[in-house]
Amino acid sequence: MRLGSPELALLVLALPFVSFLVLALIRPLRRSGRPAALVSILAMAGALGAAAALTWQAIPVARDVNPSVLWSWLPADGGPMASVGVWVDGMAMQMCVLVTLISLLVQIYSSSYLADEPPASLGRYYAYHSLFAFSMLGLVLSPGFLQMFVFWELVGLCSYLLIGYWYDRPSAARAAVKAFWITKLGDLGFVAGIVMLWAATGTFDFWPLFQAAQAGTLQVDGLATIMFLIYLGAVGKSAQFPLHIWLPDAMEGPTPVSALIHAATMVTAGVYMVARAYPLFALVPSVLMLIAWVGAFTALLAATMACVERDIKRVLAYSTVSQLGYMMAANGAGAPGAAFQHLTTHGVFKALLFLGAGIVIHHFHTNDVFRMGGLFRQRPWVGGAFLVATLALAGVWPLPGFFSKEAVLGAVLDAHLSVPFLMLIATSFLTAFYMFRVVFLTFFGHAHAEHHEHPAPPIAMDAVCRALAVLTLALGLRAALTGHHAEGPAWLPWISLAWAGAGIVLAWTVYQARAVDPARLSAALAPIDILARRRYFLDAIFAGAYRFLLLGLSQVIGWVDRYVVDGVLNALSAGALRAGDTLRRLQTGRAQDYVYGVALGVLLLLVWAQLG
Amino acid sequence: MPLAAYLVLAALVFVIGLFGVLTRRNAVGILLGIELMLNAVNINLVAFARFRADLAGLVFTLFTIAITVAEVAVGLAIVIVIFRVRRTIEADHLDLLRG
Repeated sequence: MRLGSPELALLVLALPFVSFLVLALIRPLRRSGRPAALVSILAMAGALGAAAALTWQAIPVARDVNPSVLWSWLPADGGPMASVGVWVDGMAMQMCVLVTLISLLVQIYSSSYLADEPPASLGRYYAYHSLFAFSMLGLVLSPGFLQMFVFWELVGLCSYLLIGYWYDRPSAARAAVKAFWITKLGDLGFVAGIVMLWAATGTFDFWPLFQAAQAGTLQVDGLATIMFLIYLGAVGKSAQFPLHIWLPDAMEGPTPVSALIHAATMVTAGVYMVARAYPLFALVPSVLMLIAWVGAFTALLAATMACVERDIKRVLAYSTVSQLGYMMAANGAGAPGAAFQHLTTHGVFKALLFLGAGIVIHHFHTNDVFRMGGLFRQRPWVGGAFLVATLALAGVWPLPGFFSKEAVLGAVLDAHLSVPFLMLIATSFLTAFYMFRVVFLTFFGHAHAEHHEHPAPPIAMDAVCRALAVLTLALGLRAALTGHHAEGPAWLPWISLAWAGAGIVLAWTVYQARAVDPARLSAALAPIDILARRRYFLDAIFAGAYRFLLLGLSQVIGWVDRYVVDGVLNALSAGALRAGDTLRRLQTGRAQDYVYGVALGVLLLLVWAQLG
Repeated sequence: MPLAAYLVLAALVFVIGLFGVLTRRNAVGILLGIELMLNAVNINLVAFARFRADLAGLVFTLFTIAITVAEVAVGLAIVIVIFRVRRTIEADHLDLLRG
């Protein structure tokens, strides 16, 4: 285990936050656009430097050294209820570097990609970006569930704000709300789980919980339920079946936002949380089994949907869902290390894929892959970078995706999860197929005649893509050269390579050589094809459930409110009116009637006095 | 004559006055009833003063008579003003305060 300095970690955390505060509070700066972008980018570069220094200066320590620094929070009788602080172990530091690096590159890319936006919107965009990076870093460095939950929700908020960046577009506004609510559904489980865990153990902090878990002294009734609820948070955040439906819609945001959400912030949070809390999950094999099965199933399901999608960004979105399934399956198989490895490598090449797709969309002015073609000849650099990322995603040696995917597959096989293993192998075939389908349709094939000559992509966008491509290659080469071998049988890499190769060949046959008509292929696979095209009716099921349950319930509540609650109130007020109207008549206004009253009263008093 | 005779007389006068106040429709009649009730009280006071040999009752009576005079003066003035304004002194018609 490696331990970093908490001061540097706080610096990493502080820089994006200060940038956010400056942009949020100083209105003229925010509305000036480019200077705001510069502030945010500089802060992010500083944070990247601090994160790199953090990793550099980290010292190896024994396994039983507490990596967290805590300050008490929420004072209560008998000690503070919760604490805040930073947890600086190897995983957190690596994640910090990934988050700051991807955020920085995406911000640089955005400054060109969104150059046509009005300055005020651009300032707002960068303010959100800074907050997003701060939230994710805070989540990564959390030493306890409560702090993690706070940043978890902030991350959700930022993704909502950025997906809905073009809020005047109804579809973007709807997608933002959908992303927010679907992830909230999982967060309900998360918050219930951590509160139950706190009620049972009296602490939110990871360190005492992990120590107790590893020593076998953690006695909690219903730990399986608690961990399942906590896992639900990850289901929403990391887009696992059946809550994955928000992620493809999140493509309504600007493309760099998609890159950020898919690569470094938002969706990786769930995988990271499960990997972080793994000592607790390890105590409940039933939940782990569930995580692995759901992960593998998500991977396969999303891959089939990616195969029929025409929108390039949605293909990438489904591929993210699919890869998140891989990571979760590794978590479930008891290999959080493999999950985290896949998370980092995937973060790099998925950012590259999205940023490359941004250039492609800029070039063709469409998202539809069937209306693109022949870009490779015009933009060999972009094509090359995209191809590198595609090969990495497909899991081809010697790119990083190959090693991390192999680690995941090896872990799943080790845990004797044969069905999920087969699902993941099938997914790796589909992954290669759908990614190369996009590559062949976009970069090769014949260029459509309608396209006139476009200016080259801005230098910043190009440079970022190249940097990421070099980084992907470097990561892969490092893994290849250090002889990094995942545990698992010797045939495993060959099997996964063979399937990936088969996927590439199939994509080439269908979409490049045109030896088989795609329509005939989909006709041959008609039931699956139709289901995948309709997204397995999951959106319809959710919409139906929403309509049936929520609207039905609200109708009932509305009826009760209208007729029972309002009825009682109306009856009361009508009764008061009638009573007043009746009593009013007692006041005749004639003096003699009042004298009668007085006389009668005196008489009654006399009688009462006599009787008493 | 014993004290009781005076008290019975006073009670009779008071009840006659109350009856007049309750039944008369004419405002002047009501005022007359009130006069009777006040004088019934005066009879009581004078009778008690005489039988207890206490002058306080006579002093009270003198005050009551003076106040009664004032009350009649004001009451009749009000009745006259009401008559000028409403052209009636029927008590049943004077119901401006009806709810």
